[in-house]
Formats: sequence, structure tokens, C-alpha cells
Amino acid sequence: MRLKHDVAKGYDPSGHGEQLAERVHASYMRQRRKVRTFVLMTQVAILLGSIGLWEIAGRLKWIDVLLFSYPSKIVGLLWDNLLEGELLPHVGVTVVETIFGFLLGTLCGTSLAAIIWWSPFLAKVLDPYIVVLNSMPKVALGPIFIVAIGPGLGSVIAMALAITVIITTLVVYSSFKEVDANYIKVVRLFGGTRATVFRRVILPASFPTIVSTLKVNVGLAWVGVIVGEFLVAKQGLGYLIIYGFQVFNFTLVIGSLFVIAIAATLMYQAVAYMESKLSGRL
Amino acid sequence: MSGAVEVHSMSHVYVTDRGASLAVEDIELRVRPGEFVSLVGPSGCGKTTILSIIAGLIQPTSGEVRIHGELVSGPAAQVGYMLQQDYLFPWKTIWHNVMTGLAITKQVTTESEAYVKSLLGQMGLSGSESKYPAQLSGGMRQRAALVRTLATKPDILLLDEPFSALDYQTKLTLEDLVLDTLRSQQKTAILVTHDLSEAIAMSDRVIVLGRNPGHIRRELSIPEPIKQALPFQAREEPDFHGLFRELWQELKETEGEDALEA
Repeated sequence: MRLKHDVAKGYDPSGHGEQLAERVHASYMRQRRKVRTFVLMTQVAILLGSIGLWEIAGRLKWIDVLLFSYPSKIVGLLWDNLLEGELLPHVGVTVVETIFGFLLGTLCGTSLAAIIWWSPFLAKVLDPYIVVLNSMPKVALGPIFIVAIGPGLGSVIAMALAITVIITTLVVYSSFKEVDANYIKVVRLFGGTRATVFRRVILPASFPTIVSTLKVNVGLAWVGVIVGEFLVAKQGLGYLIIYGFQVFNFTLVIGSLFVIAIAATLMYQAVAYMESKLSGRL
Repeated sequence: MSGAVEVHSMSHVYVTDRGASLAVEDIELRVRPGEFVSLVGPSGCGKTTILSIIAGLIQPTSGEVRIHGELVSGPAAQVGYMLQQDYLFPWKTIWHNVMTGLAITKQVTTESEAYVKSLLGQMGLSGSESKYPAQLSGGMRQRAALVRTLATKPDILLLDEPFSALDYQTKLTLEDLVLDTLRSQQKTAILVTHDLSEAIAMSDRVIVLGRNPGHIRRELSIPEPIKQALPFQAREEPDFHGLFRELWQELKETEGEDALEA
């Protein structure tokens, strides 16, 4: 009955309706905060629980320490390396290679998509080649890159580029083609050329797709860089993993994985932040 | 004196992998400068095809189209086109959207900017320049699209069902606004529409098309009192209903013929 009274007087200057809305909103927000806190607590509990269990299992020799190590040992090793200044150069090299990889991959992929959008003839000609290259496991090309470019930074970046470029081309090209034909008509009606159509309609309309490919490419570039470093590098986190494996230092292997997880997450978040900034502007 | 738009024995065939189909056949059309002509007909009668050909977007398979006596070979600045929806670029502000045509044709000057500002004022869009299309109502967006079309000062306007996506109230208001604007600037206009009452209320002349393939069935001149009045008032004129019924009958017969053919 009370509710009915409030609703009926919703337009009344007494403000009963507003009070009701405020009350409902406040209880809704309380409920949301409760859920958010519970999720966060569960997440922290899982993290601390598994690290704690791992630590105990390692110290009490439930697991083979030589193979699986344990957290305090890993953190200790990373800390020592950091102090000796040996860790950061490896991280730096890998991060630079990855950034080059995904930026180049996105840039080349988008340019390639622009070229085949420009020429429908070329699109038809290149179609089977792109299908084959896309189905190809790109890491298998590793030895070719090493022979052609030489073992080093170039090969690692080439690997990251190879993994990202084809899929970028396909995704961006299909976004170019999906642009509403009526937007193109608007430009054509003013006598706009194909270049004008591309610059004024196709590219800006596909911009969100290109930025989201950038996000996918961050993950793919990491795959390319780590595999590349497995094959050739004298430096980098992939090299540390292979080195740790060869000298049977699994604390180093797991420690490197830990650093990769942090660096990759930070990089992904940075690109996601950039995406939200850019799409907010649009 | 030559007409603003002259279409002479024009036919158009669409070709696909599955075959060719005749869209329109032997169209004869002559629009005098300053005249407002509507094309009405069932869907599939080639209304939009005819408009696209006059706009120079597609080349007719045979026959010819002249604008002020000149053969049409591609889109030209003197012909403006309004689409069914506004198609304002969502990533640009209203100001940059309405300036699109001037930017493409490289006519951005202080004079043209002042002209666009005055158009925005006439359309009740002053103050919306820095907004994005998503922040505007459907009627405001279509008015912005009209400003974009008028900005390059075309003297012929092709209107492809520009009011069909709007709600009824907005549509009636916009009809008056558009006709008033076109009249005061003495533009020639060709309107394609499904809405018979819109065709009668806005035009000097209504052309009824039939389909399979698209052809001209009949021409109807609108009597002076309805021509003079703005669309909303025109619908109140005593002769309006008779005309509406006549057109309605004509279109029903078109469908009857189709049924016989089928």
C-alpha cells in the first residue's frame, strides 16, 4: 500500500517518489558491493591457498623440489638476480621484441588488408595463398627465419610478426568489407574517389576492430617471441626458460614463467586501457 | 528551354551470376527547374534505380540522362541526394559531418562555413555542432543530413524516402521544413516514396510506376491549392482525398496486373 501511495504522488512536490528511488538505489548498491567483496575475497583466498599449499608441499617434500621448486625459493632466486642486475636486461629484451612484434604485425596486417581492399583483383588472386598461410603453424617457419635473417633479434621479431600478420589481415579486411555501403554512398555522391572513401569511411569505421586486433596480437606476439627465443636467443625470458631446462634449474624456469605472466598481463592491460581511451573519444 | 532533369528512353539491366534482370524499361521523364516531382509505386518498381542513375552512381544500360542539358557521367556537385536514413558518420561531430561534402569537394572557405552555420540555424540545430550523431534524436539527425546535402549548394535534390525511418509526428514537421527550404531556395526535387499522402502533399506532379520491369504508368498533376499549401495544410484541402483515392486505385490496379501475370 505504501508503494502505491508513493507512486501516485510521484509528481507531487512533497518528494516521496524521489525518496523511494533513493532508497531502492542505496539497497541495490549495498547488494552490489557485497557481491564484489565476496568475489575479491574468494580470489585472494585461492591465490594465497595455492601458494601456501605449494610452499608446504615443497618444504615437507610431498613433491619433488628439483622439478617443482616452491614459492619462497623462486622469489629468492628472482630477487637475487634482480639485485645482481641480471634479470632486468632479459625482461627488457623480451618486452621490446614483443612490442615490436605486435605493433609491426598490426601495422603490416592492416596495410595488407588495405591493399587487398583496394584491388578486388588482388584479393581474388591472393585468396588461396592467404588461406594456406593462415592454416600453416607459423612457428614451423622458425628455422627458415634463422637461416634467412640470422640468429638474433631479427628472427625473434620475424616470428612474432609471422604469427600476428595473417590473422590481422583477415580480421581487418573482413571489417573493411562489412562497412555499411550507404556510408560509402555518402562519400561517392559528393564525387569522392576510392582513396577518399578509404580515408573518410573505411578506415575510421574499422578503427575499433583494428584496436581490438592490437589486443589479440599482444597475446600472439608473446607466443612468437618466446618460441623465437627458444630457438635462437642468447638473451630474454624464453632463453632463461630453455637455459634453466638445460641445466635442470627448474626454479629458474618457473621464475621466468612468473615474470612472463606479470609482463604479459601489464602489457595487455596497457593496450586495453589505450583501447578504452580511444573508443571513449569516438 | 531545357529541363533541369531529362531522362530519355532509359533502361537498366542488373547483372549477377544467376542471370540478368531488367529493372526499369524505357523511362521518359522531364523535370522543369524548380519543380517538385514524386515517384510512387510498389516495391521493386525501380524507384531507387532511377534515382541512382540520375545521381550518376550507376550508368544506365541504355538511354540517356541529362542534367541542365549535360549528359550525366558520374556524381556531380549540382545534384544532392538524401538517403532513407541519415548515415551521419558516428565517429565525427555534427559540424564535421555537415562539412563532409564541402571537404571532399575542397570548397571549405569562410563563406561556405558561414553558409553552413546559417543552414544549421534554419534547421534548429544551432548549438549541436560539437555533439556526436548518437546524442541527437532521429529527426535532428535527418535535419543534419539535409544540411550536409544542401551545404554544397546543389540545385537539384534527389530524395530517396528520406522520411520513412521517422516517427509520424517528426515526419510531418520535417516535410513542411524541407519543402519550405527547397521552395525558398528554388531547388528542383525528385522524391521517391511509398507514402501516397506524402507524395500528393509535397509535389507539383506525381508519377506512378509499375513493376516487372519498372515503367511509367501514369502522371498526375496536383491542383494549384494543394501545390501552394505546405504539406501539413495540403492534407486539409478539399481535393486531397479524391486524389489520394485515385492514386490508391491506380496502385491497386498495378498489383492486379501482377497477379494476372503470375
